[in-house]
Amino acid sequence: MRRAVLQALLSHWRRHKLQGLSLFLGLAIATALWSGVQAINAQARASYDDAARVLGQNRLERLVPPPDAVISEQTYVVLRRGGWRVSPVLSGMWQGDVRVLGIDPSTLPMGSAPAQIGQGLPIQDFITPPGLGYAAPETIALLKDTPGLPPLTPVPDLAPGLVMVDIGIAQGLLGREGQISYLLVDPVQPLVQAPLGDLAPDLTRQAPDAGNDLARLTDSFHLNLTAFGFLSFAVGLFIVHGAIGLAFEQRRPLFRTLRALGVPLRDLITMLLAEIVLLTLVAAGAGMVLGYLIAAWLLPDVAATLSGLYGAAVSGELALRPQWWGAGFAMAFAGVALASGQSLWRLARLPVLAPAQPRAWLRASVRSLRWQGLVAILLALAGIGLAWRAEGLIAGFAMLAALLLAAALLLPVLLAALLALAERLGDRAMLRWFWADTRQQLPGLSLALMALLLALAANVGVTTMVSSFRQTFTGWLDQRLASELYVTAADEAQGAALRDWLAPRADAVLPIWDVTAQAAGRPVAVYGVADHATYRDHWPLLDATSDVWDRLAMGDALLVNEQLARRAGLSVGDPLSVAGLPAPLTIAGVYSDYGNPLGQVIVSVDTLVTHFPDVPKLRHGIRIAPDRADDLRRAMQDELGLSPDQITDQAAIKAFSLGVFEQTFAVTGALGVLTLGVAGFAILTAQLTLAAMRLPQLAPVWGVGVTRRHLAGLELLRAVLLTALTMIFALPVGLLLAWVLLKIVNVAAFGWELPMGLFPRDWLLLGGIALLAGGAAAAWPAWRLARLQPARLLGVFAHER
Amino acid sequence: MLLEVDQVAKSFGTDPAKVQVLQGVSLRLAAGETVALTGESGSGKSTLLHLCAGLDRPDQGQIRIDGADIGAQSDSGRAGMRRNAIGIVFQQFNLIPSLDVAANLAFQARMAGRLDAARIATLADRLGLADLLHRYPDQLSGGQQQRVAIGRALAGAPALILADEPTGNLDEATGAAVMDLMLDLVADAGAGLLMVTHSEKLAARMDRRLHLSSGRVA
Amino acid sequence: MSVRGILILLLTLWPAWGHTQGFAGLGTGQEGFALPVEGTALQFPEDHGAHPAFRIEWWYLTANLTDASGRDLGVQWTLFRSAIAPETRPGWQDPQLWLAHAAVTTPDTHHVAERMGRGGVGQAGVRAAPFAAWIDDWEMRGAPGQGLQDLTLKATGEDFAYALRLKADAPLVLQGRDGYSQKSPEGQASYYYSQPHYTVTGTLTLPDGDVTVTGTAWLDREWSSQPLSADQAGWDWISLHLDDGAKLMGFQLRDTGGGAYTSGTWIGADGTVAPFGDGALRMTPLDRAQVAGRDMPVGWRVELPERDLDLTLRAVNENAWMDTLFPYWEGPVRIGGSHSGRGYLEMTGYE
Repeated sequence: MRRAVLQALLSHWRRHKLQGLSLFLGLAIATALWSGVQAINAQARASYDDAARVLGQNRLERLVPPPDAVISEQTYVVLRRGGWRVSPVLSGMWQGDVRVLGIDPSTLPMGSAPAQIGQGLPIQDFITPPGLGYAAPETIALLKDTPGLPPLTPVPDLAPGLVMVDIGIAQGLLGREGQISYLLVDPVQPLVQAPLGDLAPDLTRQAPDAGNDLARLTDSFHLNLTAFGFLSFAVGLFIVHGAIGLAFEQRRPLFRTLRALGVPLRDLITMLLAEIVLLTLVAAGAGMVLGYLIAAWLLPDVAATLSGLYGAAVSGELALRPQWWGAGFAMAFAGVALASGQSLWRLARLPVLAPAQPRAWLRASVRSLRWQGLVAILLALAGIGLAWRAEGLIAGFAMLAALLLAAALLLPVLLAALLALAERLGDRAMLRWFWADTRQQLPGLSLALMALLLALAANVGVTTMVSSFRQTFTGWLDQRLASELYVTAADEAQGAALRDWLAPRADAVLPIWDVTAQAAGRPVAVYGVADHATYRDHWPLLDATSDVWDRLAMGDALLVNEQLARRAGLSVGDPLSVAGLPAPLTIAGVYSDYGNPLGQVIVSVDTLVTHFPDVPKLRHGIRIAPDRADDLRRAMQDELGLSPDQITDQAAIKAFSLGVFEQTFAVTGALGVLTLGVAGFAILTAQLTLAAMRLPQLAPVWGVGVTRRHLAGLELLRAVLLTALTMIFALPVGLLLAWVLLKIVNVAAFGWELPMGLFPRDWLLLGGIALLAGGAAAAWPAWRLARLQPARLLGVFAHER
Repeated sequence: MLLEVDQVAKSFGTDPAKVQVLQGVSLRLAAGETVALTGESGSGKSTLLHLCAGLDRPDQGQIRIDGADIGAQSDSGRAGMRRNAIGIVFQQFNLIPSLDVAANLAFQARMAGRLDAARIATLADRLGLADLLHRYPDQLSGGQQQRVAIGRALAGAPALILADEPTGNLDEATGAAVMDLMLDLVADAGAGLLMVTHSEKLAARMDRRLHLSSGRVA
Repeated sequence: MSVRGILILLLTLWPAWGHTQGFAGLGTGQEGFALPVEGTALQFPEDHGAHPAFRIEWWYLTANLTDASGRDLGVQWTLFRSAIAPETRPGWQDPQLWLAHAAVTTPDTHHVAERMGRGGVGQAGVRAAPFAAWIDDWEMRGAPGQGLQDLTLKATGEDFAYALRLKADAPLVLQGRDGYSQKSPEGQASYYYSQPHYTVTGTLTLPDGDVTVTGTAWLDREWSSQPLSADQAGWDWISLHLDDGAKLMGFQLRDTGGGAYTSGTWIGADGTVAPFGDGALRMTPLDRAQVAGRDMPVGWRVELPERDLDLTLRAVNENAWMDTLFPYWEGPVRIGGSHSGRGYLEMTGYE
């Protein structure tokens, strides 16, 4: 019996291929976008974990030197001979982008390096020049044929961009003979040892990194991705819900027939469940593959973004993780259960003899619309409530979800009201029929329109956020990068010579010197600035006392960046102690510092040099008339022997900064386009499905003398009209989304607030694309209608039931 | 006795609006016997037929098919009896639209586990469906569709055929032809037939007729 | 894995340690390393220092101690040098690698610690005069001008520490033929001398407190480039202090075929030194015990007929297992039989 019944159920899809395709594609795309985003996130997190695990960073204590200092080998030996089981590590960047980590295998604590290291290779090869390096396979692929590095051996667990060598080899590679960056403290220490303070008073004991800083910093980025992935999934689910609901409604007569022919209800439901599971497995499986492809395609951009924004190295190669497959399928099943639960529930309660009326599904019941409106309002209220008390990222996103869902549910209610109004206002018969017919179609289209609304709103929101960000950021870059040239001296002597040489030639030489210090319980960069109009005129202050620059120059005040101010709860007028400065200074101003995850403090350059005499005095900004900048640059190269890469001009820095910025949002943009595409597809399938069911409604109109071409034109017009209405409604929803992203999510995530800009040109573009998508989606069904055989329309009369 | 209906009563709705559709109806139908169920619209003919098919349960009384009380069964039990012992022909044909004629013909026999290709081929032949086997229901005329439905009901060789105005949706000429076929086939199969009809002419061709009036046997 | 992998890398490919098990066969192929030459006179104090041209070398001290209550205790302090090339270089590129073991054995407990280090940066090394051998905070230091006759010794582990003073009133003993010690019939040999005459005073720090101890100690110095022949699987080595003042060093090198090559030196109570060759000494297992999952002979019968010696050795603590990178058994023994006394037993190569 079961085979016959299952065959009868499945044969539905053979006769309704498009419906099957839309269910399949909806589910596949939903799963794909969701799992693709998850794959990216999982990959990034695994990379952070690899980075955190390197040398037991997350587990072992360290002895670290004062900021900007190093540990000498002598200190290391003194500590060892004093009974301290410590192991030296030298860490540095080689040729700018390879992190070289030098270790000593004879003292490295147990379990602090990946297992594969040291397997089966002769120790003499490791410690004798040129030595031997360990690196992740993709790092090796990247560094292939790079001269100067030792031969590399692959170890998958190493963080990307990292090469692990013997400390002696590292010292040679980095040109840092005799230097040690920090010492790992073995968890096993002897019973008797000399006090640390006697042996190495300069070193401080640093607890292992309890949390993963990178993970925390990049959380917001991943949350953004996750939110987008979820939105795409939701859009996909609207399609699935629509397709499944329709398939159930269309098959109600079939269900009745089957039961009359002797199929028990329980078996019928079991087999429908089997059918759904089967479809889900196939579609979600395809979606997972697609998701993998999406992830592989987007991952390089994500990796670039993360390294640009946070300096977090993420492997550009995707690893397939079993939990990712599991989560993807679980998500797909959860989504399908949600989409089909209602239909199954209704079927289970259906008496055998209930009239089978597939069209009932399409009939808008005033009552259900009223319910939907009520739910939408409740959701909106919940969202507003969350906004009221929102704190943190999760609350921000929960609020977004509530508001978006409310908007989606409200859409059909609003459209129905608008159409009813139009119907009442119209006086010509044809026009009235058009409005009435549109309203009658609304329930069938509403799921697709809701999906479109979400996609459009997300796009409006994200483009607004990105554009606001870009606007603010470029403005801020103009302020921050006021100097025409930036020059970095190779050493202190060259720095001094440079300053002397520049003094008579440039309008001003502005030191850009900084040290790392502690303030408000966290590491901060302390910069010293000269008293110069450049700062007075350009520095982007968010809040300041009126005499801020005078007080700064006098040395009794400091400035903090917005990140530090928000995280430490500081504001203008508060005192702030900075380790290394003799007394607390008053905060005279707070400045914006976009894209920097760390706290920053500005004092006068005199204060900096007085209290941090060892500050490297290497970087300088040069003010000069722009037309003389090129000459000066050449003169510095010719007369001072500076290499070209020591001098950067403003334009180059801006271009680089903007490049980093554009990278940041390339992924978001790509996901936005994909989501919109999915929504367009939802409209197409809804239109196609409706078109087949609408013949009985169209036939009488055709019968009274409206041509098929005219009817097709009306169909097209209707699609464009509904899309336009949806777009208009999506606009305020999208702006609300942007507002939440900028004012709530961004502050929680990055620690800074962004002014929101309005970009009507972006909206017009998006609206154009949406209309195009809606029109295109309706074009095919309309074209089919225009070419429909009159016999099929006649058939409607013949078969009228 | 193939079908025994004993003092069956059935009502719909609740009290103020309660409609007593059947009252104390009894009926015997032996194997191979054909009985017409006639009566005015609303006299309870279809309800009685549905009760006999186990599509609904009587409020009072018993309906036994081959001695088994169909009203006492669970949904699954009643479905099983419909599958194995009964063939139903509806006024609305109720073919499975996504299956072709061949699959529709074979459907109930497959469900009953009594698929007999030769029998189905003979049926298709006699029903004039041999050339239409690969068409779908929406490509058939009403008379053709009802012939498929009759074939489907008979394919599993049930002991009892229940028919609810099988020609009600067909024009007179087609209806008569379909009815001839059906009666011939039922007779050849040796099945019992209970058929609801409002056609006196049809009723006259049956072994017996039972006239319902206001829910009672008249 | 882990660092254990690194360490294994370090040592498996680190040339052979004759003293530890599992390295039979690694004693061959010593390109560029110096070989012991018979008839070479040892020079002191120079030869107290390291010999980088040889592949392996050790400063190996064992002490039999008693505390105030008469409890038998044992102390071990060993510094191994292993060269991956027959030279020294400054800094991290130095091919001289160092490994050290320290242990304290009581009748009930056995405490072990292990250290590793690299030569060129000063973390570990040996200086001939004034004598000093060190790794990290472990050191064996000689009084200026006294050679090895007056030493201070210290080491610490996670759960123990010790600081001892060692004094010897008798001269060094050259093992084998004037310090040339043959290790197999095929001629594998090492330079080998000892100072078996130390009296010891000092303090052990144990988990339950400090213990003042006195006793005797024995220092072995040995270096070579090919200590084991290819078919030798392990060895049993003893250093015994007899109560009548005589001392015995003996070993048997077990070959894979079940035979053994034995050798040793008899040191009379009057200080006379008499080496004996293969076959003079007989070592027979008496008691066996399960130690670290292995079947170990923790009691021995030791016979040296030419000296009318028939001894039974019993471990003070059967579980004197050195759970180090290359594990082996090393611990104090009590002597019975024809003579009484105390000594140390080392056993390698038991699987």
